[in-house]
Amino acid sequence: MSGPLVVMAAGALARLRPMREASLNELVRVGEAGLLGEVIRVEGDVATVQLFEETAGLRLGEPARPTGGPLTAELGPGLAGSVLDGVGRPLEAVARASGAFLQPGAEAATLSREHRWEFRAAIRPGSTVAGGDVLGTVDEKPGLEHRILVPPRAAGRIAALEDGSYTVDEPIGALEDGTELRLAQPWPVRVPRPVAARLRGDRPMVTGQRVFDLLFPVAQGGTVAVPGGFGTGKTVIEQTLAKFAEADVVVYVGCGERGNEMAEVLEEFPALEDPRSGRSIMDRTVLVVNTSNMPVAAREASTYLGMTVAEYYRDMGYRVALLSDSLSRWAEALREIASRLQELPGEEGYPTYLSSRLGALFERAGRCAPLGKPEREGAVTFVAAVSPPGGDFSEPVTQASLRAAGALWALDPALAHQRQFPAVDWEVSYSLYAGPTAAWFADEVGADWPDLRQEILTLLERDRELRDVAGLVGPEALEDGDRLLLQVARLVRELLIGQSAVDPVDAFSPLARTHALAGLLVALRDGARSAIDRGRALESLDLAPAVRALSAVRRAGPDELPARVVEARSAIAALRREGTAGDQPAGGDVTAGEGGA
Amino acid sequence: MTAPVRTYRGAAGASGPLLYLPDARGAVLGEWVALESPGQPARRGQVIEVGTQLTVIQLLEESHGLAPASTRVKLTGELAGMPVGLELLGRVLDGAGNPLDGLPRPVGEAWRPVWGAPLNPVRRARPADVIETGISAIDGLNTLVRGQKLPVFSGPGLPGLDLAARVVESARVPGGEPFAVVFVAIGITERETRGFLERFEDREALERTVVFLNRTSDPTLERLLAPRLALTVAEHLAFEAGLHVLVVMADITHYCEALREIAAYREEIPGRRGYPGYMYTDLATLFERAGILRDGTGSLTQLPVLTMPDDDITHPIPDLTGYITEGQIVLGRDLHRRGVSPPVDVLPSLSRLMKAGIGRGRTASFHRAWADQIYALYAQGREARLTAAIVGEAGLSEADRRAVGFADRFEGEFLGQGDRRRSFDETFAVGWTLLESMPRDELLRIDDETWAARPGADGG
Ligand SMILES: Nc1ncnc2c1ncn2[C@@H]1O[C@H](COP(=O)(O)OP(=O)(O)O)[C@@H](O)[C@H]1O
Ligand SMILES: [Mg+2]
Repeated sequence: MSGPLVVMAAGALARLRPMREASLNELVRVGEAGLLGEVIRVEGDVATVQLFEETAGLRLGEPARPTGGPLTAELGPGLAGSVLDGVGRPLEAVARASGAFLQPGAEAATLSREHRWEFRAAIRPGSTVAGGDVLGTVDEKPGLEHRILVPPRAAGRIAALEDGSYTVDEPIGALEDGTELRLAQPWPVRVPRPVAARLRGDRPMVTGQRVFDLLFPVAQGGTVAVPGGFGTGKTVIEQTLAKFAEADVVVYVGCGERGNEMAEVLEEFPALEDPRSGRSIMDRTVLVVNTSNMPVAAREASTYLGMTVAEYYRDMGYRVALLSDSLSRWAEALREIASRLQELPGEEGYPTYLSSRLGALFERAGRCAPLGKPEREGAVTFVAAVSPPGGDFSEPVTQASLRAAGALWALDPALAHQRQFPAVDWEVSYSLYAGPTAAWFADEVGADWPDLRQEILTLLERDRELRDVAGLVGPEALEDGDRLLLQVARLVRELLIGQSAVDPVDAFSPLARTHALAGLLVALRDGARSAIDRGRALESLDLAPAVRALSAVRRAGPDELPARVVEARSAIAALRREGTAGDQPAGGDVTAGEGGA
Repeated sequence: MTAPVRTYRGAAGASGPLLYLPDARGAVLGEWVALESPGQPARRGQVIEVGTQLTVIQLLEESHGLAPASTRVKLTGELAGMPVGLELLGRVLDGAGNPLDGLPRPVGEAWRPVWGAPLNPVRRARPADVIETGISAIDGLNTLVRGQKLPVFSGPGLPGLDLAARVVESARVPGGEPFAVVFVAIGITERETRGFLERFEDREALERTVVFLNRTSDPTLERLLAPRLALTVAEHLAFEAGLHVLVVMADITHYCEALREIAAYREEIPGRRGYPGYMYTDLATLFERAGILRDGTGSLTQLPVLTMPDDDITHPIPDLTGYITEGQIVLGRDLHRRGVSPPVDVLPSLSRLMKAGIGRGRTASFHRAWADQIYALYAQGREARLTAAIVGEAGLSEADRRAVGFADRFEGEFLGQGDRRRSFDETFAVGWTLLESMPRDELLRIDDETWAARPGADGG
């Protein structure tokens, strides 16, 4: 009797026998079609395998081939710009082999076997190296230098290492113990890549989204949960971050979501420029795609593959944004497999280990000193969309994410229905990174940044209280100062927080513009307030010119911004003067920067 | 897959729609099964589990009266399949693909498995060609594009299927050829079915329509098959014959109930409200079959219709659907009661693919700003209406009072178009008229340039 055979198959599960030697997480090719699967349970000589591919057509007695190792990512040059499925097959190569529709059993290596990369060695034979040391570099894409690292667990003296043109299969050198060095290295996706030290995150990952940068910032290496019912804007946020967030490399995991959204990304990204480097954003992006109609077990794997690729670029010393849409689909895949295994379910049918698995995943993000020389710093910033059933945040995946993440960007369907985007619920959202990153914002953007942030938050809070009251007694019953606040808060929502992802200018808001708008809005409130305090009725104040000037600030490109800000200031100054007796010449006493101070 | 036909005499047992075969070595996962039982109608089923001890077959029909011991079980060696081809146009079939129109069984150009393979995401083209439906709430505010899946969220007694029918009837692409239509009735009544089909009869439109009927009285489990037959035929028409195809599936709620029923028989751990945990994935294998191929000429657009139990949009059926589809058109009971027709509640409605379809050179350069502004004012008006219900109109601010007026006129004039079809330009004109009735300063979403360029503006 030779190799193991299929003794049971149902849905995404198969049982194989004899498999006494099998190890957990071992990768197996099942059946004549060679379906890719992973051992998830071993009992005696029977192994249970979850299959990453469609199983229809599988029959009893078909042979299986254990591969001897776990599911690994192939890490090396050529990842950037690629589109991989959940287990690391490039979807272009798969399409070339089997056409527009996915067929099970496809074989396609992550990296091109033919492509030759120009390798420049950074160290000489004879040097002693250890895991993580930079051996040399390859120009992976324009503006993206791929650093070739000694694999984490290797060490020794270099016997040979030469500049030259290599494929990922050819050795670029060797250690004295005979270990060959290559451009690519495998890594098991479920194992975190080791680092030298974990570092605190006190520098923000600037997003270009005012509501996040100003109110709920995320640190480089931070983690964010973005829960929201369908249509509240999770995907738009993830895509917007992929386009504009301050990252050297973006790993986007489309996990169990829509095919057309991927088509959108594939059409848009190559044509879009990174606002900082001016290069195509696709060149620094790795897409991992496992849409909702693709096999469910691969969804679970895709999240780990994305994390592993992110860690790898982090180890080179890059700031990586790992964007996951959606983590709930990963959790549901866990649930589906657990329930097929008849495991005892925890809350809402999720396995009891949901929260520890999810926590361990979040732990892999962070800012750190990678292994090896030269010393460098890298970060994986993890932003995970969460799709709560019925939009109810009390469900297990949202709750587990909240415990694990450092920031919450909660999305509100009511805001989305009003087309108030990003539909961030500012009452519920928070960021533990606001404190640690405040100094950076104060130094780099404006000393009053932390105060402005507080002013805006307070204003929104007061707005909610007043609206509650107004809902009972009617806005007309409020006094002028309060009604002014309601009006200004509306402007804060429309002009500051509101930011259309499809606006050619405003989709990305440089910090200078964010700062200017916040300062001007606070100044507007103070200006109008002082007029009211000096006896003017709110109705008699003409806010319109100032509002128009503020709208112009929002639409101003970097070159026009200073001029627009000056105009807005004088419109606000004019308003402030309305309260005083005679007509005085422009005082210019209200400036954007000092507004909230 | 092809395996020889194997016949077994006598099954080991049955419970509900599940039949157990002992020792059926060589059974193929997913293969199609034909059952014969003395004095009983022929039945069909599918292998859902193979094992050395036990093979499990899920029946398509009711198992009432089935005697396992005397049943002949024929494993066909084929996955469930369906003939496809242009020849299917004009045909009326039942939910298992048998003719209901008195014509011979279709032969087709090819035979395709009904569990369609997933479209490789890199081979999709991004849908961007606008479909004019003639309905302002859709065209203006939730624009539909070719290759989109846009469901109608209806409620008991609301005209969801009617709205879908109306879209099908008047859908056109600027300068484009008519759509081929695939309609699949899933557990809906004769009356509803007739109501839908009657719209086409006098228009020779039936010639470009394929109909699959699983009616209320038909086997529940066939409801899981019928939409897949329909989509298999539709995929062929769209991706191989190059036609633009609209698929209407009604009612997805009945489909989900069938799914829950079978999950219960299988003694699976139930998820929310008893629906199986994999319902999201299962529905995705239907809805994700919409789209456009990168190097094809046709398109597959879906208009599923579902009934929100108790009008509850957080119920798992609309909820999971909304998580998969590219938006939703939500009907409002309140609007319907007040006679607004079609009663589309635009606030929770959404078209996610709108942004690629609209704008300069497509619909109108101002389309986005115009729609956003209408949304903002209408939302404000609706909220103010609630406040007014407590404090009275007089307690409202000037701006809120105006917004209430806007909301009233919006519902009456913009939404309530009755049976009249409106072109894009007509829809825009109605919207601008409403916006122009508001003070310019309150239109924060419309910048000066857009304002000046609106149709009919002085110099614009
Ligand atoms: N920042 C934004 N600017 C403009 N429109 C937005 C924005 N965020 C969301 N939207 C709108 O909301 C729709 C749904 O957003 P999406 O991100 O797909 O929701 P989710 O992923 O939460 O279901 C989008 O198609 C778009 O019309
Ligand atoms: Mg989404």
